[in-house]
Amino acid sequence: MTNATLLELLGFVIILFSAALMAGLAALRRKSPPAFREIPAFSRLRQAIGRVVENGTRLHVSLGRGALVTAQSASAMSGLTLLRRLAELTSAGDQPPVATSGDAALAILSQDTLQTASQASAQGVYDPTAGRLTGLTPFSYAAGAIPVIRDENISTNVLMGNFGVEAALLAEAAERDNTFTLAASDNLTAQAVLYASAQEPLIGEELYAAGAYLDAGPTHTASLTVQDVLRWLIIIAILAGALLQLVQLLLSAGAQ
Amino acid sequence: MKFKGVFPTVIAIAFGFLVLAGYIFPLFGQFYLFILNIAVILTGFAVLVGVSNLLIVHSGKIRHKQKGAIYSVILIISLLVTFLLGLVAHFSTSVSGLFNEAFLSIQLPIETSLMAVLVVTLTYASIRLLRQRRNLLSVIFLVTAFLIMVGTAPWPFLGDVPVLSALRVWIAQIPASAGARGILLGVGLGTLTTGLRILFGADRPYGGKHG
Repeated sequence: MTNATLLELLGFVIILFSAALMAGLAALRRKSPPAFREIPAFSRLRQAIGRVVENGTRLHVSLGRGALVTAQSASAMSGLTLLRRLAELTSAGDQPPVATSGDAALAILSQDTLQTASQASAQGVYDPTAGRLTGLTPFSYAAGAIPVIRDENISTNVLMGNFGVEAALLAEAAERDNTFTLAASDNLTAQAVLYASAQEPLIGEELYAAGAYLDAGPTHTASLTVQDVLRWLIIIAILAGALLQLVQLLLSAGAQ
Repeated sequence: MKFKGVFPTVIAIAFGFLVLAGYIFPLFGQFYLFILNIAVILTGFAVLVGVSNLLIVHSGKIRHKQKGAIYSVILIISLLVTFLLGLVAHFSTSVSGLFNEAFLSIQLPIETSLMAVLVVTLTYASIRLLRQRRNLLSVIFLVTAFLIMVGTAPWPFLGDVPVLSALRVWIAQIPASAGARGILLGVGLGTLTTGLRILFGADRPYGGKHG
């Protein structure tokens, strides 16, 4: 068996294990919801959502430019989940949320998400222009999304998806308008610039925890627990690897 | 009505599993490539739909005389001119050159200027960071950024300072690399669980109730 085949098999085992664990935990979580560590950004997001509804202002969700046929699509999917949940939470407000994207397929999915959320709400109003493609290159996307932040009575901005350095321009535009900004990206460079420029930056896997923290369903809380279990397994594997390497070094030194 | 919601879910889950199987079992390899090719073609059509959406949004802005409507007029004119140039460029090499020139002379300088604006934006954001979030992490972040900058740029009269260069290399290769790997592991695990939620039909970006 070659190394490549062994790795593929290992990947398959990890996927199967994670799927079984998630299914089992989701069934258990329906009865007893777990307690997660406090992430202040999500608590402040809830407060900001409350203000959107009370003040009759608008929520803006920027989904980035993660193409669906690439590995970056997972962050875009997380953004869509959050958009759906936030659209439900703000359904009692005067204005529907607006979603901007830098990828055409993502823009279509954001329209579909907003339509589904509006059907579930009491008002049932759906605006097809609320899900928008603002540009197809990184900076044209940012340039197209900035007027939305500035001119459309936005009081809360959520940047969640795959961004590059252009995310700083969006965060800065939000900051100039004195609006709340929660920002997360799967890209390391974007995380660094958002740490400096956004009010509430999320780092690393916190991007994928949004659903669990906003009560999007038991599968979201279960998936967060699965991430924790896998992280511990990785930690054990790294420590075991280091220990074995040390033992090998000591044995070879002893043999000499 | 129920069927309307179930049908896309079943299709999405079935194709999701087939693509996953294609990654792992060589038997499904050809089918997996076929599905991916279809996805790429559909993405191409999605661009047309997306651009139509862009036209509708901006023509609405012009119709309702909203703030910044003049920029929408410029956008629509530029879009139509570029689209026509792109169509004609397919048949004429001289127009093809003009089409490339339009990109190199307009789009590229504008995006480069935005990059320059970004430098000022980030400098200002870094100063603001110390005012708004005065904690240990912010201090570490700014000190690290400063050390990397002074270690990268040559100093006036001194040129390259070996100690600073060595410090930059050490920061980039040891603490920054370790931190980046930790973050990327977290992102990888998040990607895996997000994919599984979509495969289970718990997350449905194509409409329907979430689980």
